[in-house]
Amino acid sequence: MTQLALVIDLNVCVGCHACVTSCKQWNTSGWAGPMVDENPYDANPTGTFFNRVQTYEVGSFPSTETVHFPKSCLHCEDPPCVPVCPTGASYKREDNGVVLVDYDKCIGCKYCSWACPYGVRELDEQQKVMKKCTLCIDRITDHTLPEAERKPACVIACPTNARLYGDVHDPDSEVSVAIRERGGYALMPEWGTNPANHYLPRQKTHMHVTEEDLQRSDNPLTKEDITVYQGEETMEDVTW
Amino acid sequence: MKDPAVQHDAEIGQTEVKETTCYMCACRCGIRVHLRDGQVRYIEGNPDHPLNKGILCAKGSSGIMKQVSPARLTKPLRRKANAKRGTSAFEEISWDEAMTMLSERLGKLRATDPKKFALFTGRDQMQALTGMFAKQFGTPNYAAHGGFCSVNMATGMIYSIGGSFWEFGGPDLDHAKLFIMIGTAEDHHSNPMKMALSKFKREGGRFIAINPVRSGYGAIADEWVPIKPGTDGALFLALTHEILKLGLFDRDFLIQYTNAAELVIDDPERDDHGMFVRDETIEVTRGCTDPQDKLWWDRNTGPVLTHSEGADPRLLGGYTMPDGTPVKTSFQLLKERVDDYTPEWAESITGIPAATIRRLAHEMGVMARDHKIELPINWTDVWDKEHDRVTGNPVAFHAMRGLAAHSNGFQTIRALSILMTVLGTIDRPGGFRHKAPFPRPIPPCPKPPNSPDAVQPNTPLDGLPLGWPGKPEDLFVDDDGEPVRIDKAFSWEYPLAAHGLMHNVITNAWRGDPYPIDTLFLFMANMAWNSSMNTVETRKMLTDQDENGEYKIPFLVVCDTYASETVAFADLVLPDTTYLERHDVLSMLDRPISEFDGPVDSVRLPVLPPKGECRPFQDVIIELGARLGLPAFTNADGTAKYKNYPDFVVNYETSPGSGIGFLAGYRGKHGDKSLKGEPNPNQWEQYAANHCVFHHELPRSYQYMRNWNKGYLHWARAHGMTKWAEPITIHIYSEILQRFRAAAQGKWPGRQPPERYRERIETFFDPLPFYYDSLEAQRVDTKRFPLTALTQRPMAMYHSWDSQNAWLRQIHSHNYLFVNPKMAIALDIQDGDWIWVESHLGKVKCMCRYSEAVEPSTVWTWNAIGKATGAWGLSDRADESKKGFLLNHIISEELPVVSSDGKQILSNSDPLTGQAAWFDTRVRIYKANAQEPKITEPQFPPMKSLPGQLSRPRVRWQAYVAGLFGRK
Repeated sequence: MTQLALVIDLNVCVGCHACVTSCKQWNTSGWAGPMVDENPYDANPTGTFFNRVQTYEVGSFPSTETVHFPKSCLHCEDPPCVPVCPTGASYKREDNGVVLVDYDKCIGCKYCSWACPYGVRELDEQQKVMKKCTLCIDRITDHTLPEAERKPACVIACPTNARLYGDVHDPDSEVSVAIRERGGYALMPEWGTNPANHYLPRQKTHMHVTEEDLQRSDNPLTKEDITVYQGEETMEDVTW
Repeated sequence: MKDPAVQHDAEIGQTEVKETTCYMCACRCGIRVHLRDGQVRYIEGNPDHPLNKGILCAKGSSGIMKQVSPARLTKPLRRKANAKRGTSAFEEISWDEAMTMLSERLGKLRATDPKKFALFTGRDQMQALTGMFAKQFGTPNYAAHGGFCSVNMATGMIYSIGGSFWEFGGPDLDHAKLFIMIGTAEDHHSNPMKMALSKFKREGGRFIAINPVRSGYGAIADEWVPIKPGTDGALFLALTHEILKLGLFDRDFLIQYTNAAELVIDDPERDDHGMFVRDETIEVTRGCTDPQDKLWWDRNTGPVLTHSEGADPRLLGGYTMPDGTPVKTSFQLLKERVDDYTPEWAESITGIPAATIRRLAHEMGVMARDHKIELPINWTDVWDKEHDRVTGNPVAFHAMRGLAAHSNGFQTIRALSILMTVLGTIDRPGGFRHKAPFPRPIPPCPKPPNSPDAVQPNTPLDGLPLGWPGKPEDLFVDDDGEPVRIDKAFSWEYPLAAHGLMHNVITNAWRGDPYPIDTLFLFMANMAWNSSMNTVETRKMLTDQDENGEYKIPFLVVCDTYASETVAFADLVLPDTTYLERHDVLSMLDRPISEFDGPVDSVRLPVLPPKGECRPFQDVIIELGARLGLPAFTNADGTAKYKNYPDFVVNYETSPGSGIGFLAGYRGKHGDKSLKGEPNPNQWEQYAANHCVFHHELPRSYQYMRNWNKGYLHWARAHGMTKWAEPITIHIYSEILQRFRAAAQGKWPGRQPPERYRERIETFFDPLPFYYDSLEAQRVDTKRFPLTALTQRPMAMYHSWDSQNAWLRQIHSHNYLFVNPKMAIALDIQDGDWIWVESHLGKVKCMCRYSEAVEPSTVWTWNAIGKATGAWGLSDRADESKKGFLLNHIISEELPVVSSDGKQILSNSDPLTGQAAWFDTRVRIYKANAQEPKITEPQFPPMKSLPGQLSRPRVRWQAYVAGLFGRK
């Protein structure tokens, strides 16, 4: 079975929020829309986003890491939000593993958001139905789109290409290779949700300079007269 | 719900896809705008565009909200007759009334004293037109925002290596192995930089971020080196010290391509001390370029002309010329300069441990020397030497405002340019690479006028309003050495002010120093808020009246798309379009989007009709030019020469028959000529058919070493990019700066500064980089104000135009002051507390946020998130005006007046370039009293909604669906 998912590379994510708003603009006018905004021009503006970037500081000065952490529905293989849904509105597609909500069936009871350990479901406060990331289901399944565009909007927009997309059940897919080779991990595996989305950790590149690197016979200083003799007195002048 | 898999988005409503260029920030990515029933459905990056290759940032992806913002202006407005300026009391007028009012007023000014009209623009990517308009009008008082943005970066690098970062060059991360980014630089060339950085890291490159704050791209750096603000120059000098001491410099590069081995007269008694020894008898090209009449010291034969066949020049040393003149090589002078700039010395200034500075120098030097890149590319240098490869040293740097926005920024950036040069990384793979039309001569040829005679009634300005002085005679001063421009650019106060000093225009005009003006025309510049320093006083100056009740700045015209704070102060408001409703050009005559591999320019095409009565700013300028009878815009019979901006772009040539116009692509009758060629009536259509871009890829042999690449330089000259095909020798030692210093010392045969500037010029026009404390720190009590306050730009708000954007403001509706907890706890300040930040100028109240990602002597916040109440179409209760704050209130546009300056009033700017020293602000912080209201202060009376503005700031819900939004 296909399980589509995102693999998010924290090693290159600069926290620019392109994924946040590209998602919003695609989906608000799409199958999963609208994505309503409350108080759009007033105090405490808030609205529905399927994808948010959280920023954390790790460690203390000067050994501080600033980590940008994009978070959206992880499309769990065993999604706790689905069985708790009293109306069957929350479901996992069999053809590609994407977890969706049918708004026509949703009664806004929020059981699913309580069941989700990741806090990625967002109640539309105006329509009172639960909304969430669909992996841009209306892009990825739209065969009228050129194949290169059959991807979630966030993946297409991401300026650092930090969002890899593909089938995590296909061992040869870009996402599976990245998870395998780059130490990809799932969030809170202890919950047994088996999230399809994974994250790739930060990696550090170091440089090691040895003493020999600094003491070389081809040092250009050897081509210069470091001292300039201007006729000063020497031992030749005063000894015999 | 329907199964999403059977629904096809494009089948809903009437759909169209149009290509244009983004303008949500100044980056200029290609976009494809999808429309549904005439409303924007989706904006995606254009995969066929060379700049962004399909990607798009948070801002670009929020363009929809820009279209529907209630902040939009839709009608020309006039301040009501009896209303006070600044109270937002306007009435609608027609465009004809507006244009008549404006042209009559400006016509009188032009006929009497054209300099009483000042045109200053927030954006600098339209200077080809705005600068030309100012010149045609005859006023010298014109500039864009570069003076308060990054002119130090432009001048510091262009006066050293003939090019600079962003539009004109950048780091070659495709080949680099070590990348060092210094200071805040994220908002320039942002998307291409993000793409390149990600690829660089994935390919194993090492990325070091040097910045007081770990934010932005520094978050993903392999190493963060916290540094005290404004001390970068000390770091670069110490790195250079270590690199020179260990011999980690690129000797061949320095000798062949820089003035390192050239001989400088070293006799302080002589008037020509500090000038190069020249053989003036030989025949060389002597134009706006570096004549090749200078000498090396050959180890066998003594003085020889540079680049003499078979010469083996010394890089270091002092020698005596046959006539007894003592000389030293430039490099010797540099070595002597950096001798005392040890890592230990720099540690005490920068806060970076000396061992770290040494290690960084070693990493740079060893990486440059031992990981050479060789590309199999043949090229010929200007001395006719054939090369069978292009080599490079893979160490790249990037910096922008973080370095630039200090009063020591020019010399700091000179120091960086020299560090990059010493490592041998200029226009070579893996280092810094130029973008057309750069490199240009040092300095570039255009000069400002040099006398008040250049300004005459009913006559175009004799010279360009902005340029690149190379000697005191190029300054724009009168016989007494006093400024001609309102902002005092190109005067002895700020001689190299290549981008003007927009940040001093209002203060100077208000004070009448050097003279009062009549009309100030601001385009897309928020001078009553986040684009000004000393905002509180600036707002008062805009409304200040003389004893007769006349405003001290009599007439203020504001052209903008949105109800910014500045619009409230206008006498005449001209509603501009959004970027989706207009034609634009990103021109080779200004700041194109060139790539390393060759010139690129691009266009915007309207994808939507203008809203309301909005008109593109350029159309307004062209009509105004015709109404005023400016020669370039009128026919001999006085009729308008151009219908509108698109017509102008197609048909205008820099001079009749020059073949050079605003767009370089698809020229010639049939659109088959590039860069030069006669006008093509179908030029716009051809841009439209080519993703809005013209990209000329140079042959590989012209893509590197362009300062000295014969093929490239001749090609550039043949295609009108430069007048000269002479080598652009890198200035390790700046004789240009020495000319000004000599003038101050009374040793220059020409112009000399007025007495009160002699010491200032002598000090700062040092031909070699040096480090000094910021001018503000030298003039305030740094014990009382122990911290430095900075701003950085959040990526979702680059260029700070988007508080009116419903989606983006949810990401940053308000800002905090970030404080290192150690510092905060010592002051009894808790995370989230309301605090005061106070400078010598004033104080602002804000909320504190603890951050471990800031070095303890720095406090910082996001730039321009705080807004004035009621501005930008937001409700009076909006977070932006209650919880968010503007640091500008406490940043001074002028230095404290002190006796050591002879009580002179000086701009808080770099003394060489006039660059606004935003990041020099010294502050203290303390807890606000518990009884004080928990809102930011100062507060201002709310800005009222303007006629023609959609009034829905209190609407509770907004659900945008393309094709349905706002329709029944």
